[in-house]
Amino acid sequence: MTMTGWPLLSLVTFLPLVGAAFILAVRGPEAVVAANARHAALWTSLATFVLSVFLWLDFDTRTPDFQFVEVREWIPAFGITYKMGIDGVSLLFVLLSTVLTPICILASWEAIETRVREYMIAFLVLETMMVGMFCALDMVLFYIFFEGVLIPMFLIIGIWGGKRRVYSAFKFFLYTLAGSVLMLLAILFMYFETETTDIPALLNVYLVPEVQFWLWLAFFASFAVKVPMWPVHTWLPDAHVEAPTAGSVILAGVLLKMGAYGFLRFSVPMLPDASVFFTPYVFVLSIIAIIYTSLVALVQEDMKKLIAYSSVAHMGFVTLGTFTGTVQGVEGALFTMLSHGVVSGALFLIVGVIYDRMHTREIARYGGLVHRMPVYAFVFMVMMLASVGLPGTSGFVGEFLALAGAYQANTWAALFATTGIILGAAYMLYLYRRVIFGELTREDLKDITDLNLREKLIFAPLVVLVLWMGIYPKPFLDVFAASSGPIAARYHAAKSAASEPPRVLRTAAAKQE
Amino acid sequence: MYSAAVVLPLIGAMLAGLILTFAPKGHGRDLAAQLATCICLGLSALLAIVIFYQVALLGHGRTIEAFPFITSGALQTSWGFKYDTLSAVMVFVVTICSTAIHVYSCGYMHDDPGVPRFMAYLSLFTFCMLMLVTADNFVQMFFGWEGVGVCSYLLIGFWYDRPSANAAAIKAFIVNRVGDFGFALGIFGVFALFGSVVFDDVFAAVPTFVGTRVTFLSWEFDALTLLCLLLFVGAMGKSAQVPLHTWLPDAMEGPTPVSALIHAATMVTAGVFMVARLSPMFEYAPDALAVVCVVGASTAIFAASVGLVQNDIKRVIAYSTCSQLGYMFFACGVSAYAAAIFHLMTHAFFKALLFLSSGSVIHAMSGEQDMRKMGGLAGHIKITHIMMWIGSLSLAGVGVPFVVGFAGFYSKDIILEAAFGALSGVGQYAFWLGVVAAFMTAFYSWRLLFMTFYGKPRADKHTMEHVHESPQVMLIPLYILAVGAVVAGFVGYESFVGHHMNEFWRESILVLPQHNSIEAAHHVPVWVKVLPVVVGLVGIGVAYGLYIRNPNIPGELAARWQRLYRFLLNKWYFDELYDAIFTRPSFKIGWGFWKRGDEATIDGLGADNLADKTLRLARRTAALQTGYVYHYAFAMLIGVVVLVTWFLLVRSGAQ
Repeated sequence: MTMTGWPLLSLVTFLPLVGAAFILAVRGPEAVVAANARHAALWTSLATFVLSVFLWLDFDTRTPDFQFVEVREWIPAFGITYKMGIDGVSLLFVLLSTVLTPICILASWEAIETRVREYMIAFLVLETMMVGMFCALDMVLFYIFFEGVLIPMFLIIGIWGGKRRVYSAFKFFLYTLAGSVLMLLAILFMYFETETTDIPALLNVYLVPEVQFWLWLAFFASFAVKVPMWPVHTWLPDAHVEAPTAGSVILAGVLLKMGAYGFLRFSVPMLPDASVFFTPYVFVLSIIAIIYTSLVALVQEDMKKLIAYSSVAHMGFVTLGTFTGTVQGVEGALFTMLSHGVVSGALFLIVGVIYDRMHTREIARYGGLVHRMPVYAFVFMVMMLASVGLPGTSGFVGEFLALAGAYQANTWAALFATTGIILGAAYMLYLYRRVIFGELTREDLKDITDLNLREKLIFAPLVVLVLWMGIYPKPFLDVFAASSGPIAARYHAAKSAASEPPRVLRTAAAKQE
Repeated sequence: MYSAAVVLPLIGAMLAGLILTFAPKGHGRDLAAQLATCICLGLSALLAIVIFYQVALLGHGRTIEAFPFITSGALQTSWGFKYDTLSAVMVFVVTICSTAIHVYSCGYMHDDPGVPRFMAYLSLFTFCMLMLVTADNFVQMFFGWEGVGVCSYLLIGFWYDRPSANAAAIKAFIVNRVGDFGFALGIFGVFALFGSVVFDDVFAAVPTFVGTRVTFLSWEFDALTLLCLLLFVGAMGKSAQVPLHTWLPDAMEGPTPVSALIHAATMVTAGVFMVARLSPMFEYAPDALAVVCVVGASTAIFAASVGLVQNDIKRVIAYSTCSQLGYMFFACGVSAYAAAIFHLMTHAFFKALLFLSSGSVIHAMSGEQDMRKMGGLAGHIKITHIMMWIGSLSLAGVGVPFVVGFAGFYSKDIILEAAFGALSGVGQYAFWLGVVAAFMTAFYSWRLLFMTFYGKPRADKHTMEHVHESPQVMLIPLYILAVGAVVAGFVGYESFVGHHMNEFWRESILVLPQHNSIEAAHHVPVWVKVLPVVVGLVGIGVAYGLYIRNPNIPGELAARWQRLYRFLLNKWYFDELYDAIFTRPSFKIGWGFWKRGDEATIDGLGADNLADKTLRLARRTAALQTGYVYHYAFAMLIGVVVLVTWFLLVRSGAQ
């Protein structure tokens, strides 16, 4: 709890739910309900954002401990509590969620015309679930939020999506659920083994390597799908293509971070021996993700699909950095997650802008937009360069640190992963050229309009964030630094233990002497 | 003052951007943007002169830290400006050239609709270049490095309606990224080895790591050699050295002032600057130096050979740039960093002059760039003609040995002498290739002059009637650069590479005593000093013979040696080769991964397949539930029979 005694985390988490309840209570003609729902959702999410800023202001970057901790009894029979708290790993992702939600609501202002009330409710519920997931300090609570996110997202894709929305929604839901079931088993196992579901307590429990091995695989099944890692990534392009713009923004911006967050919260610190053991495999999958999906992105014909594939490639840097077990690697992974949240979110919004006008995402249908939409071209350029990882934008810092970490861990991995900076430039510049540059020849594009005020308001904070994070990344890195050290230290300890001969052999050798 | 010199161009760029956004379209807007950027740049250049005086001549070097940049564990960097002689020279060259080119652009681009954007890009580029040269750590250097790359991309593709300009812009960025790939790995390696990316820390620690071996990939290497080579890959990309040179000639799609500023005077020399800046590392990695030397010398001769036959006026100069950069690199390769920077400076003046003069020619010819359609312009554009002569004389290194000469004469000769004086195998290789390249340089320079200005006009009447001299705003920058191209060598010789060089460079460049090739250069035999000038004059003579006396011979030669001619004309087929082994396969593989990998395998055999099977299984199971009582009764009966049989046979048998 904060010094003022307010349960700040619970407020940030459940305020959107209050807003949703309010919207539910609104009655009247449809147009009035829609307008009220929009405004209520926007103001609720803005208030939530303002509250969440206090978290950052009061956050102490000098300690790796959990802060703003709240504990309440929940299911005392099993020792399960309602426990919330944040540390350097989770703080900025809470903020990312609260920043992106109002932006998404603003982006859906005109694009969503049917069932506006239900849509806004779904978004607010989604926000509660996301924030709760990053704050939960109890395994059961975490699991509920983690799975709970699926429901509003499933509805957003399935109801307000494109033509193949039902196929995509089910693919998304089943893919991720299949992985999560194994995680539930792992959580149950840990509960029976240690008799607690308290995350801080579990961080201090040592499990024997054989147990770690199976638990690690179970967690991996769930998180790898969420990240998504190659080869369980195919739900992502479909989900993105069919989701409404705002759905894609949240999907890429926050939901993809849940898997990587899981790795950093559970896999590496709780199961360090298994993490060290599996590192080479994670590296291989990460590198395949970077190279394979970059090449696939190069040949895409649908803008959203291209950006979806680029997301998989960027998340490859995240998983790579996470499992280097170095301070730079872990901070690089966290920074890339944050940056990708902003940049890919912005890129999906950018696609949304012209989709709203032309109702197509086919790259070949565009060209020469700079002639009619200079402001749009500028925003697209900034985000394109950030996606490419240009120094001075947020994309660079994370990639650079993750790769610097990778180099210390394994030079082969660094070599292959660094090719990603070439391929990334190739597909993004190629996309930009086809959409923005060239002569404007198509008749129907001749009176396309540039960004309006609402759209400018959406993009302004994102552009500022991208440049701020790129030029003065210290405030962000300081938050991460609070937690990256202990994570790297745990990994490192397990690694040096693994390089020594197994304990049994050592004692046998000692006896012989 | 030290920060302002770097930041002013950024302010200029922002002002131009604001003007572009908020001012109404028209001539006033263009003028405001031009004034804002030119004034900022002019101020910056004035400060640079003061800084040059303070730092390079009086020795008051300093490092100013602004605020922290990336901080992560041991990796601590900040934004800052490191001023020593090396960076003061670079800031001086960059701001002077940039100011001249800003002013020139006001005339050259006067009827272009995108003037504010153009000026903003130019200023932004200058800012990035200054950040690069004043960096005190690898990461800021990388920022400037990629920043100039992006500005180059934006400016090459400035006329975004042209597909060729867009293609060239992307190509430039991607090929540079290939170089940056090596640079980035080099930085990671430096951090892994030294635990720091700040120049001063790294340089101080270098001597203790001599002979250290590290494992890179699966093999063991000498640590310093490996790092220097990785970093050098970055330099090769930015400075268009073989085999990463292919983007530079295509970059001529950009407006001519861009070619002069970025693709001749400043950005492309960043690689040379990098090697000089990292001289405390390269000095302890002799194998890496040998590679630098060989790559430089090979590029010098390769690019010169291609330059012999090109017909686009700007492409000839572009290949010439490529070749001259090769000279600078092999100078670095024999530890003559000071000579390399000296040539960098003189080259900045005469090459910018040549480009801007060719821009003036193109301007006069209403946009025509093909020299086969020029000729006989000498009488029409007299000043440009003289400027072109000055630039060419300087480029070819014309002068009277031991007496006086144009700027290029001093800097090119000291490079060749140092290569000879290094008395190493690679030094000799570089010297002889350099001499041959000097012949070619003189030849293609005068081929350009003769084809453009002499003989009968080959342009149509309409174009010839419109030929006009450029306005003063374009000519004044030419005069400034011409002064540099004439006197920079004479004035700078003693300080840069002469007897006062140690007091001039101080600690900014490190040369080990056993590598002191510039000292050796002062004691080479007389014929070594005379030879480059002689071959240059021969080259001019041959060009005169082929293009003025007997203009039919070149065609005959080309016909007789058709294969060689085609080989040179097509730039040794590098583009075709890269297209075949990189570009097209990437698209093919990408397509294959998508259709065969994702769709057919992962979804086809995995997800969709599983969903399909589940659905079918469910349908069959559902089909079992028919609702007929006798079906259920039958199933029950079978169940009972199986159960009873199992009990009787298995269970009783087990007991």
